[in-house]
Amino acid sequence: MIRVVLPAHLRNLAQVEDEITLAIAGPVTQRSVLDALEASYPTLRGTIRDYRTQQRRPFIRFFGCSEDLSHESPDKPLPEKVADGSEPFLVVGAIAGG
Amino acid sequence: MLSADGKRKDWTVDGPHFAGWEIYHVKGSPADPETIYASQSSGWFGQVVQRSSDGGRTWNAVGNQFPYDGIPGTHQWYDGKPHPWEFKRVWHLEPSLDDPETVYAGVEDAALFRSADGGKTWSELSGLRNHDTGPRWQPGAGGMCLHTIVLDPSDPKRIFVAISAAGAFRSDDAGSTWKPVTRGLTSNFLPDPTAEVGHCVHRIAMHRSRPDTLFMQKHWDVMRTDDAGESWREVSGNLPTDFGFVIDVHAHEPETVYVVPIKSDSEHFPPEGKLRVFRSRTGGNEWEALTSGLPQENCYVNVLRDAMAVDSLDSCGIYFGTTGGQVYGSADAGNTWAPIVRDLPAVLSVEVQTLA
Repeated sequence: MIRVVLPAHLRNLAQVEDEITLAIAGPVTQRSVLDALEASYPTLRGTIRDYRTQQRRPFIRFFGCSEDLSHESPDKPLPEKVADGSEPFLVVGAIAGG
Repeated sequence: MLSADGKRKDWTVDGPHFAGWEIYHVKGSPADPETIYASQSSGWFGQVVQRSSDGGRTWNAVGNQFPYDGIPGTHQWYDGKPHPWEFKRVWHLEPSLDDPETVYAGVEDAALFRSADGGKTWSELSGLRNHDTGPRWQPGAGGMCLHTIVLDPSDPKRIFVAISAAGAFRSDDAGSTWKPVTRGLTSNFLPDPTAEVGHCVHRIAMHRSRPDTLFMQKHWDVMRTDDAGESWREVSGNLPTDFGFVIDVHAHEPETVYVVPIKSDSEHFPPEGKLRVFRSRTGGNEWEALTSGLPQENCYVNVLRDAMAVDSLDSCGIYFGTTGGQVYGSADAGNTWAPIVRDLPAVLSVEVQTLA
């Protein structure tokens, strides 16, 4: 199972309190994790990735195993510890706005 | 959510409902008072639309995908160069007058969308954006937003919209085709001050009993039409300044109009630091200052375009919110005012819904 941690705003929107666990069939990548996340929580569609381009929204960052994964290809396999569930995939609202 | 009984003296403040998000607009269905729509926006997380079916007690996120119809093309950017149409947020939600499942959305970059399934899915009424003048539209300082949607209670096919800074448009065929309705407007910042498009219209209001009469707060100038926008005339009269954002009409007196004058386009606060609502009982031109209960010194807030509303009770209630986080209410048509809350974030919109 993949563990996903959302920022507070999106936990409220998805009506979850803690981290989310997802079952992923096939390679564990940003795209497969976000696809599974949006399939389980449709209200998150458009809030992490732009609807039209499917690109990460500018003020969202992705982290795993203390690495900033934001600029990695969405189809690159995520770190092994994220893929085996021992470390969470972090969706973070960037510090912005002053 | 601020609620009170019909006396409108003792208010209950409930919430926050969407902490950390900007709420651009909330509006209830005239056909079903328990159905309310809210536009929730964030620079981080984009657009969400919320819907309540129980008068605002509980909310559910509905559809937030606003796809432009076809290949969107370009409008003009601030520098006059072509700029692709890009969805940013929903500024205004206008529920249908007779069907609680149908709701219109005015968005930035300017376009009109419609949902017939309670907000689950949205389709663009693209005849507006595809108007011949569309490639020449330019954003105002706050973005190129479609912020006003007025539905005609006597003709379900007639819709008015206003866009900053493209102007005002009318459709007589339920949104398929549109025409600018700007004759009589003058904007000195335009190369041609009487151009068909390019006017920075801030807000339009209508009384249900007189759908051909509209009142407009333009960037500068308070305007009036009695022929559904075919021709406008200025009714600023004795206002201390005719710049402002809000305008609204008394619920039972179609010639009673309210504005909040703001000093200028570069100084967004009330003249002399005195927060005054001005009321005309003559459909414009003759205005009286309403000050009882409002701060008359050192007040430097703004009142944004969707931040005034009227209720439909026998003694008409008037409400407005400020960028300083106050919401003021009057249960006697503006004669006396009192703050309902004082310390909210900047108030972007105020709407009233009368629940059973």
